[in-house]
Amino acid sequence: MLKNIKILVVEPDRSKAKDIIDALIGGGWSDVVVLASSSALDRNLRQHNPDIILIDLANPDRDTLEHISLVSQAKSRPVAMFVDHTDEGMTQAAIEAGLSAYVVNGLQMDRIKPVLETAIARFRLLSKMQAELDAAKLALSDRKTIDRAKGLIMRARGVCEEDAYKLMRKSAMDQGRKVIDVAHSLVTAADLLQ
Amino acid sequence: MIKIPIECGYLPLVDSAPLIIAKELQFAAEEGLNLSLVRQPSWSALRDMLAMGRLDFAHVLSPMPIAMSLGLGSMPAKIDTLMVLSANGTVIGVSSALDRAMRDEGWSNSFNNPVETAAALFSACEAPLRVGVPFPFSMQRMLLEYWLRSDPNFSPDKIDIITVPPPQMAQVVRDGHLDIFCVGEPWGTVAVQQSDATLILPSKSIWQFAPEKVLAARHDWVEDNPETCHAMIRAIYKAAKWLGQSENSPLAAEILARSHHLALPDHAIDPALTGLITTKVGEPPKQTPRFMTFHAGAANFPWRSQGRWIARQLVQLAPKGQSDFDSIAETCFRSDLFRAALSPMGVDLPGASEKVEGALQHPTAVASTKGEMILGPDAFFDGACFDIKS
Repeated sequence: MLKNIKILVVEPDRSKAKDIIDALIGGGWSDVVVLASSSALDRNLRQHNPDIILIDLANPDRDTLEHISLVSQAKSRPVAMFVDHTDEGMTQAAIEAGLSAYVVNGLQMDRIKPVLETAIARFRLLSKMQAELDAAKLALSDRKTIDRAKGLIMRARGVCEEDAYKLMRKSAMDQGRKVIDVAHSLVTAADLLQ
Repeated sequence: MIKIPIECGYLPLVDSAPLIIAKELQFAAEEGLNLSLVRQPSWSALRDMLAMGRLDFAHVLSPMPIAMSLGLGSMPAKIDTLMVLSANGTVIGVSSALDRAMRDEGWSNSFNNPVETAAALFSACEAPLRVGVPFPFSMQRMLLEYWLRSDPNFSPDKIDIITVPPPQMAQVVRDGHLDIFCVGEPWGTVAVQQSDATLILPSKSIWQFAPEKVLAARHDWVEDNPETCHAMIRAIYKAAKWLGQSENSPLAAEILARSHHLALPDHAIDPALTGLITTKVGEPPKQTPRFMTFHAGAANFPWRSQGRWIARQLVQLAPKGQSDFDSIAETCFRSDLFRAALSPMGVDLPGASEKVEGALQHPTAVASTKGEMILGPDAFFDGACFDIKS
């Protein structure tokens, strides 16, 4: 089978992206481009003109791809592979693995399938990594604490959100602490004073 | 009693409140539902999960079920709208640069004047306006286009529509890639706080009763599970009624901020619920009545005429030759199911299932199943009326 398909992978996480490239190259596809930041997705699409775009289902930039696929002219027109539902099992597998694919340039299904199978296998493996999930949960709870602390500063000093964050960051730098630690102290103190 | 497990997808926006309240205040449990809320990162992801049966229900943009049923976009599927979750509650904002340019033209921000604001926009901006919307099939895009098209200086080459997911809108404005945007709260407020944006209009100043988010489910699944759908409609209806009472707003903000569903601080949630909108950093908030409506004026009723209005806005995106737009759109909006779910509860419902959209300038009494009820206002800013019979 000819494997001269140009694949664009949109993935901000560098190690994940590397795993996916390795899997694809291992499967025989060498023409793989990775886009870490999806800003200017439109321009990058025109520049690289890929045959297929692989993107994490959870990537918010999917909505932007969706828009581009609606307005682009017939030639470089990305189309979600899910359009024709030719292979519902494949679609289901992709969704379970957390993968979306947009097909450009009217590629045939039989040529897309092995690419997707490789990518799906890789995405499944990645999604099982518990460590990452834990890190994400921690980041989320950190963000909540920082938001609460920002809110406290905003109310107490009548400043905007950005200034509140700057104050916190300056305090952290002055004390040689992390911003999240300063936020924690603030939130704990505020709870005590209520 | 064993509760029926159901999963409902949503995006973290203030207008997902009816779902969160239905869960947290046990309205869903009272109806025998074990409701799980599943947060999604984008409208595309939410749509795919719903269409593929990974979710039973979803909180979606009001044009999405119609677009999917019409086969527009990447995931065609027969999707029903069971009820409206909220009317309005989105804001239009501009970058600080455009705000300055508009003020130089003598414009001042009353946050309530679409005509003068559109005129100032086009005279202040020489290059095409870069317009940010959250999704191609969104009420935000429809209202923005409806409004901008009405200006005498409008031409299609003067706007360039770009899709940006709501949580990224503020960042893209700050990076200088957008001149104007329309987004659901809290992301407009976030753009003011973080990106020095100015909010210039609430969506209700363009259409006073625009259906914003709806509860969607797969048509085939709805046909197979009518009782579960009725229970869900009743649970959300009760939650929306609770949210519609202004004395509950502070508690609602607290519940929304404390629950893990939104991961947003309460100062971001407050403005949409209270209608006190800060349009620019350093300026006092502007009182905006009916900014976001969860219940009043039969807000939850899925009017077939709303479905048709949306379908008419989608015509331009349709492939040539498709002609059954109106009937598909109309059958998407399941006012029949809504009636079947709520009549046994003794809820007063509108006498008709369609209305002339835009006809009510003021709250008006109309015929209902139990006598009379108050509807409206639902006027468009340009005074237009949309009658599906015409």
